[in-house]
Amino acid sequence: MEFVKPGVYFWQGSEACAEAAILAGCRFFAGYPITPATEIAEHLARRLPQVGGVAFQVEDELASIGAVVGASWAGAKAMTATSGPGFSLMQEGIGYAFMTETPCVIVDVQRAGPSTGQATKCGQGDVMQSRWGTHGDYAAVVLSPNSVEEMFTLTIRAFNLAEKYRTPVILLSDEVVAHMREKVIVPPLEELEIINRRKPKPGDKAFFGLEEVPPMPSVGDGFNVAVTGSTHDEYGIRFTADPLVHRRLVERLNEKIQNHVDEIADLERYNVEDCDIGLVAYGCTSRALYDVVEEAKAEGVMVGYVRLRTLWPFPEKAIKKLAEAAGKILVPEMNLRQIFYEVQRAAEGRAKVIPINKIGGGELITPEELLSKILEEAGRSG
Amino acid sequence: MAETFSVKKYLRDLRLPFCPGCGAFTVMDAFLRAVYELGYKDLSKFVFCSGIGCSSWIPSPYFMADSIHTLHGRSIPVATGVKLMRPDLNVVVFGGDGDIVGIGLSHFVHAARRNLDVLVIMVNNMVYGMTGGQVAPTTPFGAKTTTTPYGSFEYPLDAARLAVTAGANYVARWTTAHRNELKEAIKKALMLKGFRFIEAVSQCPTAFGRRVGFKNAAEMVRWFKENSIPLEQAEKLNEEDLTAKIIVGEFVQRQRPTLTETVYIKIKEAQKNGQN
Repeated sequence: MEFVKPGVYFWQGSEACAEAAILAGCRFFAGYPITPATEIAEHLARRLPQVGGVAFQVEDELASIGAVVGASWAGAKAMTATSGPGFSLMQEGIGYAFMTETPCVIVDVQRAGPSTGQATKCGQGDVMQSRWGTHGDYAAVVLSPNSVEEMFTLTIRAFNLAEKYRTPVILLSDEVVAHMREKVIVPPLEELEIINRRKPKPGDKAFFGLEEVPPMPSVGDGFNVAVTGSTHDEYGIRFTADPLVHRRLVERLNEKIQNHVDEIADLERYNVEDCDIGLVAYGCTSRALYDVVEEAKAEGVMVGYVRLRTLWPFPEKAIKKLAEAAGKILVPEMNLRQIFYEVQRAAEGRAKVIPINKIGGGELITPEELLSKILEEAGRSG
Repeated sequence: MAETFSVKKYLRDLRLPFCPGCGAFTVMDAFLRAVYELGYKDLSKFVFCSGIGCSSWIPSPYFMADSIHTLHGRSIPVATGVKLMRPDLNVVVFGGDGDIVGIGLSHFVHAARRNLDVLVIMVNNMVYGMTGGQVAPTTPFGAKTTTTPYGSFEYPLDAARLAVTAGANYVARWTTAHRNELKEAIKKALMLKGFRFIEAVSQCPTAFGRRVGFKNAAEMVRWFKENSIPLEQAEKLNEEDLTAKIIVGEFVQRQRPTLTETVYIKIKEAQKNGQN
């Protein structure tokens, strides 16, 4: 059997991610064992060869991202999966993929850091790293699934965005979402939207400019493509001292993402125009939203939320709107304030932004904890 | 051969970046002559991967070919991804000693162990040249560099022997004084499969030679010639006799199954027998 058949599955998040990658067209995986991301590598090691793909365990995460970049230039859709420490090691390579416009997907299954931290326990401490991890000016595309179903749909979306914009895309998962089991509905293949990179026409020479997203040749296709992480012109030729060439390149690379925030930044909204209290959440933490909204309503407090399915580029407009409606915005996160600051910035003082933070032992922020904070901020407590 | 060899056939019309007297010219020339003598009219069957350092500029962007100029030390991982997805292409890695056996050492050892089908040409100038001449893993004991102003207190790494131990299919070491041997080794390596490693000991008159007492590039190359000892002869000498000598020759040639061969056999099996 090759592809997973359409139907209803009871999958682990990692499994959903791996199967989605195959359906999205991924044919190369390189990775290094790390908790809690190893299951993705194990699943793909078994499944990719069955569809003619290569799954390969390399010596470290520097090699993982390097091999993924090489495979992508060889024409394959390619992916790696890791967690905090490995994600740190990959940062230079992610910057290289950005600078060379190499489509690829990097899954970071977040655990509690810093450093080795609590390897088996959930955390959401890599949010800012996923945005600013590599050096220099760059634009990150980071997706945040909150269910096993979204491990499936957002993995496909990650490949689509990577191919469409020729850029690395990070699927920022977490230990809870990647390890739990839930129902996933796999639609028929023809119902899935799959985007493939635009290939050049014979005679094309500009693979690094002239257009917002230039066409991408593969090595061996006869285009004599020169790929470099140094500043280069639209033909791939290095210009390491020319201010204009650098400006033109790096500004375009950033703008090709920033100019499409509305398309890339996907979110779920509820009651944002008519609420007393707003909530902004993502990943495992956002799973508490659904219960809380109902429970608060029963107490007479109208809650609206923005649930971020894309963390970066940051959907400023949606947050601003929420801030206009709600006097207060609560931001629960399993870290010591990361997206909080971004929400505060986007709110531009229109609402009071209040952080709710909890770290350690993989303990989630419970609906009860959220509700009591909501009632407290709404003046209903005690 | 009716037409005569010209490097220009294989190069982009760009000015080469190397200092006068740099050994990279010799290595580039040897490689392109090897390619020419093997009958390749162009480089369309090749992909070049390189890292950071002077010799990583040999293929990129100067060769009229596909080239991926990667991060410092990561040319071999990128080459791994390319070769696994395009086993039909000749993947050649160019890099310096710092790139290949300094920052990138782990990839080098593992690629040799896996018998990855790439040819790695390491230009060993015994120093970090591009950054101005700092001590390298290959710098001779006692040599003065900008970061060992009192002389290096480390022993140099023997990359060729390491590649043999790790499992490479072909390993040779020559110097820029052995232009013909170097070219012949490249030709041979290009016809073989698996992990092939050629170490080209090379001169950096700018950032190394002048600091260790050589007046110019020619003097360095002459020193290479006079202090090179063929492998067969070196085996009969003791460690003391071999101090400050360069052992040259073919270190190994064998035919272990290569990584891509094995991987694609497994894929075929998985496709046939695999169950979801």
